[in-house]
Amino acid sequence: MGDLPLRGLPASEGIAIGPAHRFQVPEKTIPHREPGPFDDEWRRFDQARQAAGRELSELRQRLSQRAGEGEAAIFDAQRMMLDDPLLSDHVRRRLREGVSVEQAVAGAAGQIADQLASMTDELFAARAADIADVGDRLVRILLGRPAADLGELREPSVIVAEELTPSDTAGLDPAMTLGFCTAAGGLTSHSAILARTLGLPAVVGMGEGTLERIADGDELILDGGQGVVWVAPSASLLTEYRGRQADRRKQAAAWRSAAEGEARTSDGRRFEVAANVGDLASARQAAANGAEGIGLLRTEFLYLEARRPPPEDEQRKAYGEIFAAMNGKPVIVRTLDVGGDKPPTYLTFPHELNPFLGWRAIRVSLDRPDLFITQVRAILRAALGHDVRIMLPMVSGFDEVRRARELVARAETDLGKEGLPFARDLPLGIMVETPAAAVLVDVLAREADFFSLGTNDLTQYTLAVDRGNARVAPLFQPLHPAVLRLVRTAIDSAHGAGKWIGMCGELAGMRNAIPILLGLGLDEFSMAAGSIPEAKALIGRMDLEQARRLAEETLALATADEIEARMERFLGEIGWRSGA
Amino acid sequence: MVETPIRVNHKVGLHARPAALFVQAANRFQAAVRVRNLTTGSEPVDAKSILGVLTLGVLSGHEILVSAEGPDEAQVVDTLRSLVEGDFGGGA
Repeated sequence: MGDLPLRGLPASEGIAIGPAHRFQVPEKTIPHREPGPFDDEWRRFDQARQAAGRELSELRQRLSQRAGEGEAAIFDAQRMMLDDPLLSDHVRRRLREGVSVEQAVAGAAGQIADQLASMTDELFAARAADIADVGDRLVRILLGRPAADLGELREPSVIVAEELTPSDTAGLDPAMTLGFCTAAGGLTSHSAILARTLGLPAVVGMGEGTLERIADGDELILDGGQGVVWVAPSASLLTEYRGRQADRRKQAAAWRSAAEGEARTSDGRRFEVAANVGDLASARQAAANGAEGIGLLRTEFLYLEARRPPPEDEQRKAYGEIFAAMNGKPVIVRTLDVGGDKPPTYLTFPHELNPFLGWRAIRVSLDRPDLFITQVRAILRAALGHDVRIMLPMVSGFDEVRRARELVARAETDLGKEGLPFARDLPLGIMVETPAAAVLVDVLAREADFFSLGTNDLTQYTLAVDRGNARVAPLFQPLHPAVLRLVRTAIDSAHGAGKWIGMCGELAGMRNAIPILLGLGLDEFSMAAGSIPEAKALIGRMDLEQARRLAEETLALATADEIEARMERFLGEIGWRSGA
Repeated sequence: MVETPIRVNHKVGLHARPAALFVQAANRFQAAVRVRNLTTGSEPVDAKSILGVLTLGVLSGHEILVSAEGPDEAQVVDTLRSLVEGDFGGGA
């Protein structure tokens, strides 16, 4: 075959070279069978549902360890569907009509999937894949067929499939999967998102029929960044791609090994690089990626999935596990940040025209001291023997910090009276994510022990741009000079008051922002665990004087576009290549 | 029987997390709960079924009719109304 690649959509960066493994869609035909009595057929349906529930729990657990809670939640939706009364009604009706249970299930799931797929809104249509997946699983179990398990590959391969369901992707064995390409799917399909989370090279949406040009065992080059797949490539192309792959690996390995050490500029100034963490699994991932601490522990995971406010002991246990996973490294715990986009079921939120300007975060905590004090007590008790700090979200004024501090003091007094062991005098800091807080840092410093810049909200509030609104999305610019100037003001005021200031917004992990932030004198950079190795390496490449000049120069520019262009040029000048 | 119309203002309608919250809330009560999409003129479905609620295709701005029958029928209708009218807490 000549050197012309098959083209698709670049779903996930990276290069995979290896033999093709054609993933056969499992046999779906259902042999005819005379049904037994209704009760017998129904019992088999029940048993199949239980078995499917166990499989889904197992898949969920596998996925949450590898990709985090957010990805794993897809299987919660499927579990809900498995026990859904609409599905059982449809199955019951079909059984009464005198078909076998496997045919009843296939027909029922198919009918509901068709109904969902025909809906004009694509969000609803996307759920069709979930119920179809549930139906296939039940039928497979009923027929006693083995699961088509991508975890059973014997040599590292590039998976080639018509499409991959969420269950298929969750079953991928990371040691045996070099990458994958699919005929169906878009850049935001579940398998594409998962590939990026797992760092697996992937090309999707290659179109019908293209995959017939790939046979099992064909040598493939898959370039996820370009969205191309070469079948049986020439020797020269292979050599070229092997070279590129080796370069990327060398770079990634160098970054990773450097990540175990401290982050120091070339002239020796140390900066802390920490991780943003949302549960125990991501805390472990952070520790493995060289995080020097947790710069932001989001505590919402305890609150959002629960049907009642989480009791003190449950919280204490969960925090304790995360503190222990960090092995003595500092952890900044952010108190409950709900409202806006994150409502728990047991709090009645008023209807708000502008939830992001409404009742949320510290405002909820101060109005519901019962919830706040329970959380603080749990943190204080879990913190014993660990380096823990408490951080308040969305502060906009001095009184909020003072009142929160009073509540913390009350929690300490109560714990003391009850004779329960707890850690005293934990540092109490605030998130700087409103323009009000940013310009008031010098005043807030009288009550706050430390600061951390939350640039996602700071950008949204400074630029008056709703970050969830697609229409104005291009205006959401974290590198806007107004945002950077507020960041500078906050850093200077914090240091003027002798206080420590970090950053836990996305900006802290962006390669085109880190050099500027170094120059502004930020003390700590907290980011997604996966970004830590590159960030540490980039810090090591800079010297302070160079960073200061760059910060001064960029903050004088007029627009975010100019700043981005300048940073692209700068990264080119120091020979920084993106992505590994 | 207790019955009430509710307008859904959530930006994704009754889908994803809001749909799951709605169904989970309905399941906490004993009463039988039905819901229909008044805007599209759909047939009623079981409010305790995620699949049923999804097939209603409730988009932002649609009006739904919730009806309940059973010992705690008033509470379940109240709960669902404050959940939806509270915009499921605001975002999601």
